[in-house]
Amino acid sequence: MRILIIEDDKEAASYLVKAFRETGHVADHAADGLDGYAMAEAGDYDVLVVDRMLPKLDGLSLIRSLREQKVETPVLILSALGQVDDRVKGLRAGGDDYLPKPYAFSELLARVEVLARRRASAPSNEPTVYRVADLELDRLSHRVTRSGHEIVLQPREFRLLEYLMKNANQVVTRTMLLEHVWDYHFDPQTNVIDVHVSRLRSKIDKGFDKPLIHTIRGAGYMVRVGSVEEGEE
Amino acid sequence: MTALGKLFRTTAFKLSFAYLLVFTLFAFVTLGYVAWSAQKLLTDQFVSAIDTEINSLAGIYRGGGLRRLVGSVERRSRAPGASLYLVTTSLGERVAGNVGALPPGVIDRVGEFETLYNRTDETDAKPNVALVRVYVLPGDFRLLVGRDIEERVRLRDVIHRAFGYSLLFIGVLGCLGSWFIARRVLKRVDDMTDITRDIMAGDLDGRLKVAGTGDELDRLAQNLNDMLDRIGELMRGMREVSDNIAHDLKTPLTRLRNKADEALRTAKTQDELKGSLEAIIEESDNLIRIFNALLMIARLEAGNAREALADFDAAEAVRDVAELYEALAEEAGVSLDVSIENDLPIHGSRELLGQAMANLLDNALKYGAAPDGSPQTISVSAQRAGSEMRIVVADRGPGILEAERSHVLERFVRLETARSRPGFGLGLSLAAAVARLHEGRLMLEDNAPGLRVVLILPLKDIPVTQTALPSAA
Repeated sequence: MRILIIEDDKEAASYLVKAFRETGHVADHAADGLDGYAMAEAGDYDVLVVDRMLPKLDGLSLIRSLREQKVETPVLILSALGQVDDRVKGLRAGGDDYLPKPYAFSELLARVEVLARRRASAPSNEPTVYRVADLELDRLSHRVTRSGHEIVLQPREFRLLEYLMKNANQVVTRTMLLEHVWDYHFDPQTNVIDVHVSRLRSKIDKGFDKPLIHTIRGAGYMVRVGSVEEGEE
Repeated sequence: MTALGKLFRTTAFKLSFAYLLVFTLFAFVTLGYVAWSAQKLLTDQFVSAIDTEINSLAGIYRGGGLRRLVGSVERRSRAPGASLYLVTTSLGERVAGNVGALPPGVIDRVGEFETLYNRTDETDAKPNVALVRVYVLPGDFRLLVGRDIEERVRLRDVIHRAFGYSLLFIGVLGCLGSWFIARRVLKRVDDMTDITRDIMAGDLDGRLKVAGTGDELDRLAQNLNDMLDRIGELMRGMREVSDNIAHDLKTPLTRLRNKADEALRTAKTQDELKGSLEAIIEESDNLIRIFNALLMIARLEAGNAREALADFDAAEAVRDVAELYEALAEEAGVSLDVSIENDLPIHGSRELLGQAMANLLDNALKYGAAPDGSPQTISVSAQRAGSEMRIVVADRGPGILEAERSHVLERFVRLETARSRPGFGLGLSLAAAVARLHEGRLMLEDNAPGLRVVLILPLKDIPVTQTALPSAA
C-alpha cells in the first residue's frame, strides 16, 4: 500500500519511510504542511501519516483542507501531545486515528494497515457475517459458530471477536483492542487485554486442531487461517 | 488627575450623588403632600364652621326678623375670638357686624371665597385675608360670615421654611456622606492597586489586606488572594514537576545507557546483541510511560484539561473498568466483588476516570495480597452519597500505615514493600490528580485489614425523584 508521511523531523521521517518499505509498503515523505497537502491531493495514497506540528501549515489545518477538497484518504495523526482533548480535536478535524508520540512502530504499522483496509472496503458493503475458516460471527443475530457448533460468548467477548474478525489477517494491537472494545485510550500497563484474549481463545480454539487467534510477539493479535510466520505461541 | 477629580470619578461618589437626588425629590414630594393636605384640612374646617353659623343665623332671621338677626350678630361679634359677621342691604349698606371695609362686589358673590377685609375695631390696620360666604336672606338682605385665615397663611410659611431647611440639610449631609464613603472606598481600592502592582512587579508572596468586614471589597480581596495562592501553588507544582522529572528520569536513563554500554562491550553473538537491544527497547518504553504519566499529572494539576470535560455516567465507566480487570483478577485467583449503583451522572472525563480506576485496580491486584496467604479479595463499589458519588476500591492486603498514607499520594513514592514489584509510583498520584480535576478528592483509609481507596466525585445533578431516597452508605 502507498503511504505518505508528512513529518518535519528528518530523522523520524526517514526511520518511518525505511520501516514501512521494509514491511513491503511504498512510502513517500513530505517535510512541511504545504508540500504534504499538495502531495496528498495529487497522489493516490492509501493512508496519510500526519504529524500535528508542521511548518507552514499545521497538521489539523492540513487535514481540514483536505476534507474540504473531498480528499477522503484515511489520516493517522501523530502527535507529541498525547492528551485526551488533543485526540478529540484531531478526530474532529477529520483524522481517522490518533497515535501519541512516542510510539512503537508495530503499533503504527498495525493501525495504518487497518486504516488502509477500511478504505478498500467501503462501510456500506461491510458483511453482516464474518467468516474465518470454519468460524462464523453473525453481527445481526450475535451468534458465533465454529464448524456449525454454537459458541456462547459474553457481550464483551463478542465485541472482541468481532473486532478481531473484522480485521482478520491483520495485526491488532492491545491498545487498539482497548480502544475499540472498551472505548478507553490509555496504555494498558498490565496484561488485562491478554487475559481477555486468552479467555476468548479458550472458547474459540479449544478442541480444534487449527488455532485461529494468534499472538504476534511484540505487536498484538491476529485472527487468520494457518500459522503466523513469526513468534506464534 | 487631581485628587478631587479622582473623587468625582469614583463609583461611590456617583452612586451617592444619584441617591442624594432621589432622596431630595422624595423629601420634596412628601413635604408638598403634607402641606397641601394640612391646608385642605383647615379650609374644610373653616367651611363647615361658616356653614353652621349661616344656618343658625338664617334660622334666627326666619324666626325673629331682621331685628333679632342684628341683635344676634352684634352679640356674636363682641365675643372674644369671634368669626367675621356682616349684614348688609342688597346695595351693600352696612346694617350690623364687625367687618369694616370690603373690596367692592364681594357681597354679590356666592359660595366660599377668600377676600381681604378690615375689622371695624381695627381701623388703620392693614387688611387681613378671610374665608367668607355670603348668604342671601329673604327680603334681599345679605349675610356674610367668615373666618380669618391668617393662621393658615402662617402655617404655610412654617411649612415653606421647613422645606428650605430640610433641602439644605439633606444636600449638605448627602454631599458630606458621599465624600466620606468615596474617600474610604477610594483609599482601599488605591491600596489594592498598589499591592497588585507590587505583585505584578515580582513580589509573588504579597497579599491584599482583608479588613474582615465581609463587604464586597473584602470579598474581592479574598478572591484575589485565593487566586494568587492558586497561581503560587501551580508555579510550585510546575517547579516540582520539572525537578522530579529531572531527578527521576535520570535513574532509568542511566540504566538505559548502562545496558547499551554493557551490550556493546560484552555481547558476543548476534542473539545476545538482539536480546540486549530488546531489553533496551523495553527500558525506553518504560521511560516513555513514566514521561507520559508525569506530563499527564502535571497537565491535570495545571487544570487545563478542563475543556475536554463532558457529562457521562460514572457508573458505567467504573463498571467497564471493573469488567476489564475482572478477567485478570480471576486469572490471578483474586475474587473481585463489584457493586455499582445505576445512574451516577458526573461532569468530567470518562477517559481519565477510567485511567484512575485502572490504576487503583492495578495497585489492589499488585499489592493487595493478604499477608497470611488467605485468598485475595478486592471489592469495588460506586454509590451515591448525597450530592457526591463515592467510589471505593478496597483490598485485604497489608494496607498502608497511617503515617505513610499522605506520602504515597506524592509522585514517585514507592513503599519499601513495593520496590520488588514493577511500577513507577505514579498510579496513586495520577488518580489523586484526576480526583482534583473533577473537584473531588482521593482518600486512603484503613480497611482493617487492608487498604481502602475512596474516590469522591461531585455528581452532576440529582434527579428530583432520587433526592427523596436515602443515600446508600
